[in-house]
Amino acid sequence: MSKGNLTRRGVLKTGAVAGAGLALPTYLSAASHEGFTNAPTGSTVTLGFNVPQSGPYADEGADELRAYELAVEHLNGEGDGGMLNTFSSKALQGNGILGKKVEYVTGDTQTKSDAARASAKSMIEKDGAVMITGGSSSGVAVAVQALCQEAGVIFMAGLTHSNDTTGKDKRANGFRHFFNSYMSGAALAPVLAANYGTDRKAYHLTADYNWGYTTEEAIRSSTEAMGWETIAAVKTPLTQTDFSSYIAPVLQSGADTLVLNHYGGNMVNSLTNAVQFGLRDKQVNGKDFQIIVPLYSRLMAKGAGANVKGIFGSTNWHWSLQDEGSKAFVQSFGTKYGFPPSQAAHTCYVQALLYADAVERAGSFAPCAVVEALEGFEFDGMGNGKTLYRADDHQCFKDVLVVKGKENPSSEFDLLEIVEVTPVEQVTYAPDHPQFAGGALGSCNNGA
Amino acid sequence: MDAIILQILNGLDKGSAYALIALGLTLIFGTLGVVNFAHGALFMIGAFCAVTLSRLLSLSHEVAIPGQTDFLGNPATRDVPYVFDIFGETVGASIIDWAVPLSILFAIPIMILVGVVMERGLIKHFYKRPHADQILVTFGLAIVLQEIIKYYYGANPIPTPAPAAFTGSFDFGAVIGFDPNTIIYPYWRLVYFAFAAVIIGAVFAFLQFTTFGMVVRAGMADRETVGLLGINIDKRFTIMFGLAAAVAGLAGVMYTPINSPNYHMGMDFLVLSFVVVVVGGMGSLPGAVLAGFLLGILESFASMREVIDIIPGINQVIIYLVAIVILLTRPRGLMGRKGVMED
Repeated sequence: MSKGNLTRRGVLKTGAVAGAGLALPTYLSAASHEGFTNAPTGSTVTLGFNVPQSGPYADEGADELRAYELAVEHLNGEGDGGMLNTFSSKALQGNGILGKKVEYVTGDTQTKSDAARASAKSMIEKDGAVMITGGSSSGVAVAVQALCQEAGVIFMAGLTHSNDTTGKDKRANGFRHFFNSYMSGAALAPVLAANYGTDRKAYHLTADYNWGYTTEEAIRSSTEAMGWETIAAVKTPLTQTDFSSYIAPVLQSGADTLVLNHYGGNMVNSLTNAVQFGLRDKQVNGKDFQIIVPLYSRLMAKGAGANVKGIFGSTNWHWSLQDEGSKAFVQSFGTKYGFPPSQAAHTCYVQALLYADAVERAGSFAPCAVVEALEGFEFDGMGNGKTLYRADDHQCFKDVLVVKGKENPSSEFDLLEIVEVTPVEQVTYAPDHPQFAGGALGSCNNGA
Repeated sequence: MDAIILQILNGLDKGSAYALIALGLTLIFGTLGVVNFAHGALFMIGAFCAVTLSRLLSLSHEVAIPGQTDFLGNPATRDVPYVFDIFGETVGASIIDWAVPLSILFAIPIMILVGVVMERGLIKHFYKRPHADQILVTFGLAIVLQEIIKYYYGANPIPTPAPAAFTGSFDFGAVIGFDPNTIIYPYWRLVYFAFAAVIIGAVFAFLQFTTFGMVVRAGMADRETVGLLGINIDKRFTIMFGLAAAVAGLAGVMYTPINSPNYHMGMDFLVLSFVVVVVGGMGSLPGAVLAGFLLGILESFASMREVIDIIPGINQVIIYLVAIVILLTRPRGLMGRKGVMED
């Protein structure tokens, strides 16, 4: 008979470990209710608004923050309700989210990936944010999206236009309402062909970072498909302020069209320089020289002043749209702040409402439940017509606006005119399209 | 050949800005021995003097537009500038159109005042401190100044166009026998280059041909001896700080039509301007001007597609590479004086 090692303490320890082990599956099965990162336990729920409050996109960030504050008001039943009145889903009742009053914390991305990750991390770990949203840069969006995936919270992207956000860098916990480079190309190309013909020689100046590359690829691909020839594509440093040495050789190249794959300060400066050099007054190959800005923003158009007149581009949304959703949002935002909202404000406001609605429909704040509610969700009444949150890549598919700098603006906000509302069918692509190749959504992560 | 001429022309206006900023930096370093990292901020403040005057001249009152509504459905209004009321619409529009050149007069007293306040209020306390302390405090000051500007003017660039008479470009190629449109150069950039040449000439003439300038030059060479002669050199150096601030400010004013000003524009020029000062030779005014134009033109050449195709990324580093080569072969820079920053 061997002597056993059983002791009272040993039995208790073994029992405790076995008990914990047996209880674990029960705990995990309860994850859909409580077992996720920052599960709200009191009468409030905290959202994290991660926007550029300093740095070059601070004005755009300020507009995003205004939109989020308005969304919180509307979610909590204050104000006129804005787009809640026009949103096709009626799950939201103006009593917060799942009956919990919505509160928020803010972070400053500084339009730097590391700073944006640090502020998002702080809002998740210290402030208990259950969802992170906002931003004005694809680099930031990709970085914060990856962080949210790891942390087990939902990321509702703000202004991010690079294909990669819902392409090679897509994540199961991340969702983008804003359109992308491919959609800009698909919407712009037919309008350009109709206005400038199919026999053009294009010269691209491209911001030397991720968004610039995908935008150049998208515009080249779309314009070459309709007969344009790309003469040259030159990368310009992101920190460049004077583009004269890049613009001066354009006329010598034989190009008759300049495509500025620039955004923000880069766009303002390169367009200003191009107009200064008189490119738009020149005739090349028997045609009037033309300039194209694939991604327009009203705030940036304001910076470029009169230089934007007559120049084509694309945008996600514009305050002059006359659908009921847009009118309700403009009325609500304009009454509160005294000026119309930007496209950045619009996409952020919509993202906040879409998240809240998904939680209501899921009946849970658990990220995987929210993902399930958003995937394949079709909605209307949010300013872009019928919209689908595609399950394959978490990209919204909706109409795209082709716009042009207005010749005779009636106010400082009236800078762009809508040339065409490109139907969603024309900008839809297959999930495995080469411009979105690589990467995988993976599985949603509840964290905790 | 036409591409080479084009890049030389392109380098001239950028070189003009570098030269003007570096000239001010060298004046301050040569007189006060201070490494002023807030000098880029003075360039930026000058640009915002133009923005401010432009806004002042455009101050308006609202007039209702019968039968039209704004974006909220309220009765629409349009802004009528007060200068239209005072001078009539034609003259008023011309005054607003010429806001940038008029800003020169507006900016000179403001920039001198800013320079003197900066020097008397803060920088004079750091004369005898190590250069590292000076750099830290002036860099901090630059950040404070740009944040103040951002607070009041926002982060976005603000369009400040040149007068309508100077829009468009000059077909330089057609004049010298090349095909039309091969060498074009914006009129305002020609104005900027000419303006920079006049300012640089005026500063040199001031230092060379006036008694004040002679004392300052003597002070730069031997401050103690000048003081022993009973001359209050500190007062003159303070005035020189104000003058250097005015030079940077005027460079900023005239630069606004080239690139829409934003709060960060000073920082964009600061580091390169310091490289210009070092390459030109610390304390050497002609060196600063020469290096400014040289590096401006080199940067322009390095941005040519043909060059980038051969050496990718060269446009980002050319100035620093040239600086390394020059400092290895001429440690005091192109025209540096012996003994400056060598103690």
